[in-house]
Amino acid sequence: MFDALLLLCLFCLAVSIAVALFRIFRRSSTLSDRVLLIDSLSFIMIGMVAILSIYLDTVAFLEAILLIGILAFLGTVALSRFIERGYVIERKRDR
Amino acid sequence: MLLLVLFGTAVTLISSLGVIRLPDVYTRAHAATKAATLGILCILLGAFIHFMFVHRIVSVRLLLGIVFVFLTAPVAGHMIIRSARRSGVPMAGISVRDALKEDLEKAGDWQNHSENGGAEALRPKSGPDR
Repeated sequence: MFDALLLLCLFCLAVSIAVALFRIFRRSSTLSDRVLLIDSLSFIMIGMVAILSIYLDTVAFLEAILLIGILAFLGTVALSRFIERGYVIERKRDR
Repeated sequence: MLLLVLFGTAVTLISSLGVIRLPDVYTRAHAATKAATLGILCILLGAFIHFMFVHRIVSVRLLLGIVFVFLTAPVAGHMIIRSARRSGVPMAGISVRDALKEDLEKAGDWQNHSENGGAEALRPKSGPDR
């Protein structure tokens, strides 16, 4: 019962990942849209790792949560700065 | 514990429904960011409670992950939407009001703002490198 409900949760998260991928690869979505959906995709992946570590009764996967979170945040910040200004790292020091 | 996990999954599923149905980048961000904070936070809290009461493990890594997701998800959503607004992604046709544009026009800064943004993106990067 317990394991079946956890598998059901994993299936629902997989469905929402499929929905986000469908929205990313649609032709009419803009670049900001894709960045936003990649961000939410990585958060759904964090949830899947957490449910999987409950299902397998192990604490070995919990570093992956931190790692995916940090990578998602850095990638989102870099891509949104690129969309906004055209470059990511500022080189001018005297302004 | 299982209730928290089920609630988080339900919130994530509903927000993916919102991602399909809503017409605009800004409204879709409203749906997707709520999934990231509320749904994923409930799932992680459920995992934390499971490991605390079943295995007697207080997992500091999971706690750190909860704090990190809670801090960074709204900031990331805000940065994406700010960049979308400044790069001129259009709003949906059924939007009734653009409050930021009204305020900028009232300050007489709207033209300057967009021109500076365009010029700054095109300016050659001639800086003192090292």
